[in-house]
Amino acid sequence: MSAVRIEALGDCALVIRFGDSIDAQLNARALAACAALQSAALPGVRDIAPAYASVCVHYDPCAWADAGDGRLPHLRLGERLRKLVDNVATQPWVGAGEIIDVPVCYGGEFGPDLHAVAEHAGMSVDEVVSRHAAGNYRVAMLGFAPGFAYLLGLDPELHTPRRANPRIRVPAGSVAIGGAQTGIYPHELPGGWNLVGRTPLTLFDASRATPALFVPGQRVRLHAIEASQFRTSAA
Amino acid sequence: MNIRVITPGLLTTVQDAGRSGHASIGVGNAGAMDSVALRLANYLVGNSHRSAGLEITLLGPRLRFDDDTLIALTGAPIRAHCDDSEVPSWRPVAIRAGSELTLGGMRHGARSYLAIAGGIDTNCVLGSRSSDLNAGLGPPMLVAGAALATHRAPVDVGGRLWKQLDADRARTRAKMVAATWLIDPAPWFDPATQTPLRMIAGSHCPHLDQGSRRALFDTGFRVGVDSNRTGYRLEGARLALRKPLELVSEGVSTGTVQLPPGGQPIVLMAEAPSCGGYPRIGQIIAVDLPRLAQYRPGETLHFVETSLDDAQTRYLQRERALSRIAQNIARRLRED
Repeated sequence: MSAVRIEALGDCALVIRFGDSIDAQLNARALAACAALQSAALPGVRDIAPAYASVCVHYDPCAWADAGDGRLPHLRLGERLRKLVDNVATQPWVGAGEIIDVPVCYGGEFGPDLHAVAEHAGMSVDEVVSRHAAGNYRVAMLGFAPGFAYLLGLDPELHTPRRANPRIRVPAGSVAIGGAQTGIYPHELPGGWNLVGRTPLTLFDASRATPALFVPGQRVRLHAIEASQFRTSAA
Repeated sequence: MNIRVITPGLLTTVQDAGRSGHASIGVGNAGAMDSVALRLANYLVGNSHRSAGLEITLLGPRLRFDDDTLIALTGAPIRAHCDDSEVPSWRPVAIRAGSELTLGGMRHGARSYLAIAGGIDTNCVLGSRSSDLNAGLGPPMLVAGAALATHRAPVDVGGRLWKQLDADRARTRAKMVAATWLIDPAPWFDPATQTPLRMIAGSHCPHLDQGSRRALFDTGFRVGVDSNRTGYRLEGARLALRKPLELVSEGVSTGTVQLPPGGQPIVLMAEAPSCGGYPRIGQIIAVDLPRLAQYRPGETLHFVETSLDDAQTRYLQRERALSRIAQNIARRLRED
């Protein structure tokens, strides 16, 4: 296992970094550390942002101010985080149990870049759809916009570079491929990923009891639906 | 208590201390850009530091108050009138029901704050009343004809101001009276844009080429016209890395200075997303963020490098100073 680094992001955040790449094991370690941090409920922690290979801990330095030893808050909290991460390393991470099933209508108006992805992969459109829908996905992180899910588990054959000209408006629910990543747009947003399909599910709604459909670590299964089914479920 | 919006101003939003605790589902903090100014305004009307007030950008709104209330203005110095009387900033001001508060332009700075006793009561979204215009969370920006409600004001503050207003009214029909005391704005609003902003070198600062590293600290950057509450685009020397970095998205915060491929840095502001994937070349220290919030598009800013230790020492000093001020204000408000 690579060494864990604890770095400052300015004077009010520390980043626990497990690595620098998109990798299921690094992500599992980051999410395990995030879960341990949440249950530790350390004083002064304002927010915890898990990402692909890191966890960002936003904190109020006042809660970690000098206890008489003259050391500044970033050192005192950093030490505490180091201990916490060392303990986590020995525990296997289980992750979010429930698998969420996401219907996706591929191609046509819902996936205008499906042909480009097929061309890049050198396979038929049907092959792209069946491989994309067959993926065993896990939510690595949410970010960019509320509820935007970055999924791990994209078939390497489907990796497709981002579009040269990003779209000003990507419709809500768009399922897209950007490089080695695949993700789902929760709202209408600007974006440069290749749109292969769209889901009628609402990924984020602040007025729901649980606003985000996914949490980091969530397992996700996709299944292809017809345009008529999309319209019925979206109505 | 109700407030009616007659004209909304250029960009007036409801803001509080922010929406923390939801970064794991991609929700950023938002909240006031000059968070210290909003905190002080809240203290001046007897509110909690987490109460919601109005963030006013460059040109203020016109508001009608349906009930007697205590207000306070802080942040950038703004032209303010209650009917015909001038309203001074940085102190509590009692105004009568039916008064119209007209907020105009600012001599310096970009953002003023209006706190109203009790705090603005809009729908709480994920623990905050802040407008996050970028993420589409919280109340929309103020529009003409809108009504704002407030929570019940604390009862034990400003009694002397009301008595004075009653006495004055017998003579002058005055509709407002300002406290004779104020807090010194000098530590909390600096009209000089040439004072450099302190920056801690970011993880990727060592990857800047030598010329870029020098340019970052030796040259000025203009705040781009397309800057907003999400971020400031900085125009000036184009910065470059020695070689491109392949990065994966990770946590960012208000004050993070990112370097997109074009070479023009972006400083993330209050509506920063929870994560970002551009190289992070620096971080503006927390105590300088309120000052950064007061730059206008087109103004030039400079950076000076500092250490994490210096930044945190200053942060702790600032928080001690603010809690002393909060206590002093609370005592004065009880006496008034």
